[in-house]
Formats: sequence, structure tokens, C-alpha cells
Amino acid sequence: MAWTIAGRTGEWELVCGLEVHAQVISKAKLFSAAATEFGAEPNSRVSPVDAGMPGMLPVLNGFCVEQAVKTGLALEAEINRVSIFERKNYFYPDLPQGYQISQYQQPIVGRGRILIDLPDGTSRAIGITRLHLEQDAGKSLHGAREGVTLIDLNRCGVALMEIVSEPDIRAPEEAVLYLKKLRSILRYVGTCDGNMEEGSLRCDANVSVRRVGDPRFGTRCEIKNVNSMRFVAKAIEYEARRQVDILESGGVVEQETRLFDAARGETRSMRGKEEAHDYRYFPDPDLLPLELDEALIERLRAELPELPDAKRARFVSDYGLSAYDAGVLVAERAAADYFEAVAKGRDAKFAANWVINELFGALARRGLEIEACPLPAEALGEILDLLAEGTISGKIAKEVFQEAFDSGARPRAIVEAKGLRQVTDAGAIEPVVAKLVADNPQQAENARKNPKIVGWFVGQVMKATGGKANPALVNELVKKALGLG
Amino acid sequence: MPLDRATVARVADLARIAVPEEQLDALAGELSGILAWVEQLGEVDTQGIEPLRSVHPIRRAWRPDVVADGFCREAILANAPEREDGFFVVPRVVE
Amino acid sequence: MTRLERLGLVEARTLLRRRAIGAVELTRACLAAMERNRALNAFITETPERALAMAEAADARLARGEGGPLEGLPIAVKDLFCTEGVRTTAGSKILANFVPPYESTVTARLWAAGAVLLGKTNLDEFAMGSSNTTSAFGPVVNPWTPAGSSPPFVPGGSSGGSAAAVAGFLCPAATGTDTGGSIRQPASFCGIVGIKPTYGRCSRFGIVAFASSLDQAGAFARSVADAALLLQAMAGFDPKDSTSAELPVPDWSGELRGRVKGLRIGIPKEYRLDGMPSEIETLWARGADWLRAQGAELVEVSLPHTRYALPTYYIVAPAEASSNLARYDGMRYGLRVTGRDLVDTYKKTRGEGFGAEVRRRILIGTYVLSAGYYDAYYLKAQKVRRRIVEDFEAAFARCDALLTPTAPSAAFRIGERSDDPVAMYLNDVFTVTVNLAGLPGISVPAGLSAAGLPLGLQVIGKPWDEATVLEVARALEEAAEFRALPPGVVEA
Repeated sequence: MAWTIAGRTGEWELVCGLEVHAQVISKAKLFSAAATEFGAEPNSRVSPVDAGMPGMLPVLNGFCVEQAVKTGLALEAEINRVSIFERKNYFYPDLPQGYQISQYQQPIVGRGRILIDLPDGTSRAIGITRLHLEQDAGKSLHGAREGVTLIDLNRCGVALMEIVSEPDIRAPEEAVLYLKKLRSILRYVGTCDGNMEEGSLRCDANVSVRRVGDPRFGTRCEIKNVNSMRFVAKAIEYEARRQVDILESGGVVEQETRLFDAARGETRSMRGKEEAHDYRYFPDPDLLPLELDEALIERLRAELPELPDAKRARFVSDYGLSAYDAGVLVAERAAADYFEAVAKGRDAKFAANWVINELFGALARRGLEIEACPLPAEALGEILDLLAEGTISGKIAKEVFQEAFDSGARPRAIVEAKGLRQVTDAGAIEPVVAKLVADNPQQAENARKNPKIVGWFVGQVMKATGGKANPALVNELVKKALGLG
Repeated sequence: MPLDRATVARVADLARIAVPEEQLDALAGELSGILAWVEQLGEVDTQGIEPLRSVHPIRRAWRPDVVADGFCREAILANAPEREDGFFVVPRVVE
Repeated sequence: MTRLERLGLVEARTLLRRRAIGAVELTRACLAAMERNRALNAFITETPERALAMAEAADARLARGEGGPLEGLPIAVKDLFCTEGVRTTAGSKILANFVPPYESTVTARLWAAGAVLLGKTNLDEFAMGSSNTTSAFGPVVNPWTPAGSSPPFVPGGSSGGSAAAVAGFLCPAATGTDTGGSIRQPASFCGIVGIKPTYGRCSRFGIVAFASSLDQAGAFARSVADAALLLQAMAGFDPKDSTSAELPVPDWSGELRGRVKGLRIGIPKEYRLDGMPSEIETLWARGADWLRAQGAELVEVSLPHTRYALPTYYIVAPAEASSNLARYDGMRYGLRVTGRDLVDTYKKTRGEGFGAEVRRRILIGTYVLSAGYYDAYYLKAQKVRRRIVEDFEAAFARCDALLTPTAPSAAFRIGERSDDPVAMYLNDVFTVTVNLAGLPGISVPAGLSAAGLPLGLQVIGKPWDEATVLEVARALEEAAEFRALPPGVVEA
């Protein structure tokens, strides 16, 4: 995706990498047996381990390890047979132990990659540097009362996967595609729900710029808090342009952490708050090195579902879908499954059109996810069958779809109950045609001279029959009545 | 390498420990003495030696993904210097 | 029967089971001894009400012919073990009012075995010290201090309160923790038995952490058999501690016979330090003779990296401590000294809440982990530590246990050596190696110094081989016939 910033002195290129924090789906926290559930009363999901109380010790949740390995496998990454939990030491009131247990020198997952699907139908690989496991911090509430901060430790200790990309992103929109693809993969393997609103997926962006053709990297800034798909591209573009402005006016970009202010659409320095950090990482002596054996890795590999890229390729080859349509359908595993259920034994392209246009449209209007779809795949399949049989017309089919989507009633039942069955009996339509021709002699005369006007009669007949008449049959009967047949 | 006042002040800051100005020199002297003494480790040839990670063979110390703790708000808050509506109250964190 | 507080665990257990004495009676005797000897400052918190309630319950069980292996036996607990509902201070001002809502695994095991909690014993602040003079609750007095002699002798540290309480007949046994010698050195200074098992034998869950890779709980008693009995009840796998060993605990107390015939006992030549008092040398040689006389074979072994053990320890332990003690920040529990803002509150809380030695070690630990120094100090120390472990592995290929002095001197007086941290650290020269390698070690009283103060000998074993350590210790105990009594105890 060619994307450059035209400066006064020349063209500039973006160099960007993303650090994503993905909350691991698990019942209990990474190092304690407290619940991970979201939205509970403050400090009601906190064990003494999470609260950093004296003498409390972490014990690793094996399921979280498996989730990280699964994610690594889905990212086609190296799984490190030995990894080390280290302590990242710093003081903050939402960090009860005074350190975060994280992985530093030896993460559980090494190099991998994600393919992003570009609008032109091609794909591009974005490298994954590493994935490591770490604990989430608690939550600070400011402004409840003057001069104080309130601390809720419910989130404290929940497992996170930090997924770091290579600085391979060259356009703001690629960052969005990367995030979408990553989210899709995480949801496929069931290791993160990808909910950005609830903070299950959080993103920081490392942004720098360089003159087109320059192999060297510029000084980068870390942009925190780019926590919605909408803002990712905006924040990166703003920051890149800010850096170009600085460089073109002879300035120097300072390596710093910046915060994206969504309301103003700009990034601002967090200097002043950020003192020189010295995290004093060292291996956590309360935890043993994390060793993984081949049997475990192979079992997890075998448990992996078909992933979006493979599924997309299969939809193209097996169902003859366009790469674009296939991409749309596989973004969510549940949507892909829905499509396949509808397409089974039916015209797949037709099924894809209905799922993408009608179903996704209806879901979007109601603000629903595919998981909460009120119309079962068999029901949509039934509508397609009714159409294929000629029992209902395309227009009626859309009505039936909406009715079934809203009420949950089965399409065949709706057709029968409302008498929406297509009228294909010429004997039932002929009197209507005859009456129309008789009532509109002038129009009939015109139509005989100008066959385009035949359409008017067809429309009137359709209207008179509530859309149930078979349009081809009506056309034939009108022509016959006008003596044009 | 002897520590100077500024280094001691920086380290004390990292460790979030208030050290009165007038104690910095004495502390720098003490810490320098300890460091000078531990620096004899430099004599040991550790070429190719892996740092120790665990004194005993490593076992798989994993817990199952079962919720069995944490429903104990009162116990968690009982020792708090200040609390309010189920939260810990701390001096304002500058954002 | 008078002077019940002088009974050992095994003796008292026999009498309790025969119903010759009651647990309440025994507990009262100990509580009275504690009260008479408050000048020793051995306890930070006495728990008489809880003790009597526990003793009553024990009597009821004993009357029904039930009860665990320690049923009705009163013990003291180092104030580093969290006890649910009983204030746990770690000897620090920063935790002066902390009441844990949970129980440490080790103490939970003791109560399940029927033991009675007399109180929480004094210690060096956060177990950092070798003299019990760094406690925020004042120094502990060694009961071997003759009346009128001033300043008093230190009991050693960090478990000085537990050692003084057992040596002064305030209780038959007590728990301790040992990070660099904190059980064995005070046991030696106070003329009692102190055992630190293999790292991983006792759960660390609920023990206020000093240096996680070195900390290990253990037992004090006045005999090897008593120490074995207490340790037996403390040890065992705990899924709440990732470094706890998933191994069965052998029956140490039942099989103890003091048989050393055929055992090979190593004498590490590097433990002969320049300038070591000759009475220590003599004691050590005598210990070797005793074992030889009982049929053991003495072999000289080499632990070439011995001299690097203390510097290694004084990097690893402060580094871990600097991180372990970060949680004491005045936010969720413990002392808070409010300052101008958050950072100032942190600094004032920790500046005023921690004593000088703790602050010193946190600063050293922070420094050795900081950017640019990590490799030179911490990483280097962990490499040297591996060499030390390898030294022991090589030595144990040639022998079954090692015999060494416990400490390079007898007890010194309060205030001595306090101006030079490094001089104080040298107390642990024979004990830290054992922690660095995670081995079991025991100190047995073996004689008196010229000044009439106790001196201990240390037996070091292979990993998980507490059984041999106890057997050798029992043999030394038999041969030493240590019968001297501390002069500084107030009798009823």
C-alpha cells in the first residue's frame, strides 16, 4: 500500500510497529485463583496474591500458558521451549506488588507473522517479533474526590498477551488491517475476545518517519491509548505528519511516549509524568522457568481451528467466491460457519450475497454480532430454497427475510400464513390484466405503439397482486392481452 | 566503583525511599564499601556458565484454571490506611 | 511437677499422651516463663488467650484419645509467618499493625498437628540481620548473658527471638526462617539445635519474603529429636508455592538413632579461615573426632568457591529483597506517612517505615539490578552461584554429609560490629553457602567458648537428605553432652 507524506523537501515514509495487549480468555487470573470477570463490584475479585499481601506467592495458571501457545501457533510463530517470567519493577498504586510479572529476555513465543489483506486483493506479511505473557494492573479512578485516586484491583493479575509486531507497517490503514486480522485470529483460536471497548484488546503504536528510500530508521515515538479501530489510523497519521513537520523545519524528533487524545484527534507528550524508567528486570525467583514439552505443543496444534487465511482460500477455491467476499465472510469465525451452513447444498455465491448483503445489513441495523443473530442459518437457507423453487419472488424473499429476522418465525410458515406464495396460475392473473387493459384504453394504445410502456402494465399487475404474481408470467400475459405476443 | 551522592540519591529515588540530604554521604560510603567487597566476584571465571535459575530440578508448577479465591473484599480492604466505597484511597495519581 | 516449661517436645508429648500433664497446664507454664523473662524481648506479640483456647481444645482431643503429632505442644512462631487474625510485623515499623487475613502454610500445618501458639517472636527487621538488633521492636537479649553483664550478648539473627525463647526455656520449640544462616547462627549463639531443611521442603506461602530463592523455614528446639519432630510437622508439598517440592516427607523423628557408622563425612578445607578463633578450630576438630569414634569416615573435600559465597549472597539477597519489599508502599496495608503528593508519600512511608539496615539492603539491591549494572552484579552472582552449587555436587560425590563450624565466633555484644556492615555480614560465612545451594543444614550445640558462650557445629547434607543430617547431628549431640544452662534466665 503505497502511502507517503509529501513534505516541502520531499517524500516521507511511515515506519510503524504495534504493541497489542490482548486479555487472555480464562476463568482465573494468571497467577491467582481469583475470577477474571468484568464489571464486578470494586475489589470483589481480588485474592491476597493479587493485592500483593505479605508472603503471598504466584502460581502459574496452566491454561493461560496453553492460550499463549495456541496464539503463537496461530501466528505461525516459534514456540520457545523454555521461557522466563521476570519482574518489571516500578511503583504505581494500581500495581500492588511493586512489580509486574512479565516476560522479558525469554518470551514464550518468538518470531511469527500475520498476513494482511490489502484492498487490491493482494496480501502482505507483517512480522511478529514476540508474544509474551504478563499480568494486568488494577484500575485507578481519578476525580471522584479532590486530591485522591481510588483503586480497584479486580483487573489486577488478569493474564495479558503482549503481541509485538515488527516495524513493518507502512501506511496508517495497514495498521488497521493488521489489528483487524490479529483480532480475527485471536477470536478464531478463542484466546481473546477482542473487545476493544472493554479493554480486552489495547494498542500502542511505535511511529517514526524517514525519507523515501532511506534504509535507516528515524527516532520513534510510542503512542499510547490507541484503543479503537477508528482511531488507530488517525493517531498514526497525525503522529507521522507531526514528525515530518518537525524534521522539515530542521528539528529533531525526541524519543518519548505520547498519548493519543481522541477528542482532539492529536497526540501529546506525556513528558513530566514519565521519568527516566529503570525497570530493573530480573527473573522472578517465586516462579520456575516455564518449560514446554513437544506433546503439549502438538496437542495444542491439533486443537487449532481452520484459521482465517486458510478458510478464505478454501472459500475461493471450493465455493468460487471472490477473494473480497471470502475475506468478508471469514473475518469472524461464526460468520464463516453461518455462511457454510447456508451454502451447504445451495448456490454458494447466492448464499454469500444474501449473508453479506441482507444478513450483515440487518445485523448492523440492529447493532448485533453474528453470535447473537436471531435468524438461524437453516432459516436463511429456507428462504433461499423458497426462492429457488419459485415459491416466492425476490421481492417477497426480502420481506420474508425481514419478517423472519424480526419475529423469529420460520420462513415457510410466514409465506403460508401471509399467503405470500408466488402466483403462477395464469388463470388467476388474466382477469386482472384484462381489467387493466379495459380500464386504460389510451395506455393500451400507447403500449402497442411503444412496447416500453408494457412495463407500466406489468407494474400495475404486480401492485394489484401484492407482488405475489410471477413477474415473467405477468409480462407474458400483458403482451398477450395487448396483442404483442 | 565507589558511589557518589548523586548516584545514591538516584537509587533512593528509584527505590522510593526518602534519604535526608545529610545522610547521603555516609550512605554513599557504606554502600561503596559493600560494593567494593562484592566486586571480588570479578575474580571468578564464569565464561560459558549459565546463571542459576533454580537450585533444584524444575517441575511443572501449574495451577488449573479454576476460580477458588478472591471473593473476600473485606479481608482485602481490612488493613487499608484509607478506604471508601470498597476502593482503596491513595494520594492523587497525576495523569 | 514443677518447671514444665523445661520439658522438651518429645518428653512433653509422652506426658500429654499419658495424661500425666495437661496441655493447658503446660501452656500456662510457658506463658508464665515468657512473662518472667520479658527482659529478653523475645516476643513481639504474646497470644496467651489464643494459646489457652488452643490448649483447651488439645486437652479435649487428647482426652478422647485423639490428636495430631504435636497435640497440645506449645510453640513460638517467628513473626515472619503470617498468622490469621494475629498481627504479623516482620519486625518492622511498616507492618507494625498488619493483621493478615490468611495463615501461612507452615503454621497452618502446625495447628492441624495440634500445636499451640504462644506468640510471635522478635527478629531482625524483615529477617535482615545476624544479631537481632535491627528489629523495630528492640534487640533481643541472649539468655546466655550473665546477670549484670552489659551490654548484653546478641542471640544472633535473624531468628533471634525464637532462639532466645527456646534457649531461655520460654517454650520447647519455635519456628524460624533461614535465608543466609538465620536459624543456624542464632542456634549456635544460644546453645540450641536449629535446622534449615532443603530449599523447597517447607512451603514459603504466607512467610513474609526476604529473598525468595534463599528463604526457607525451619525449626528450633533443645534437642535434635525435638527439632526433627517439629520440622516433620512443618514440611510437605504445597501447591501454593511453585518452588515447593512435590516429594514425600520421610519419617525423620521416628527413625533417629544417631548412627553414623560407615558414613563418609566431608571436611571442607576452604572453611579453615585465616584468623578464625582457635577455639572454633578446636571445636571443629573435636566434632570430627566424635564422628570418627562412632565409626564415620572423615574425608577432606574442597569447595573452591567458598570465599565468593558471601559476596554472591550480598548481591542476590538484596536484589530479591529490593523487589520483594516494594509492596510495602503504604497504599493497601501497613504504615502510610502522607507526603505532599503520591511520590512523596511513597518515599516518606518507606523512608520512615524501614530501618537503616533494610534501607541499606534495598538500595544495594536496587543498584545491582539497575540499568548498566545488572550483568556485572546480579547476573555474575547467579553464575558464581552455579559454581558454588557445582562445588557441593562434586563434594557430595565423595561424602554423605559435611561437618563445619556454624559461625566463625561465639555471640558478641549488642552494639558490637554495628558500624561496619561488612564485618557483620561475615557472621554468615559458613551458613550462606548452604542457602545458595539450597541444601539442608543443622546447627548442634557442641561446646562453650572460653567466655562461657555456646558454640555450634554445622552438618550440611545432600538435597532432600535431612535424614542423614539429623542422624549425624544426633551423633554429635550424644557425644557433645552439652548440658550447660544459660545464666540469664529468670526462674519461677
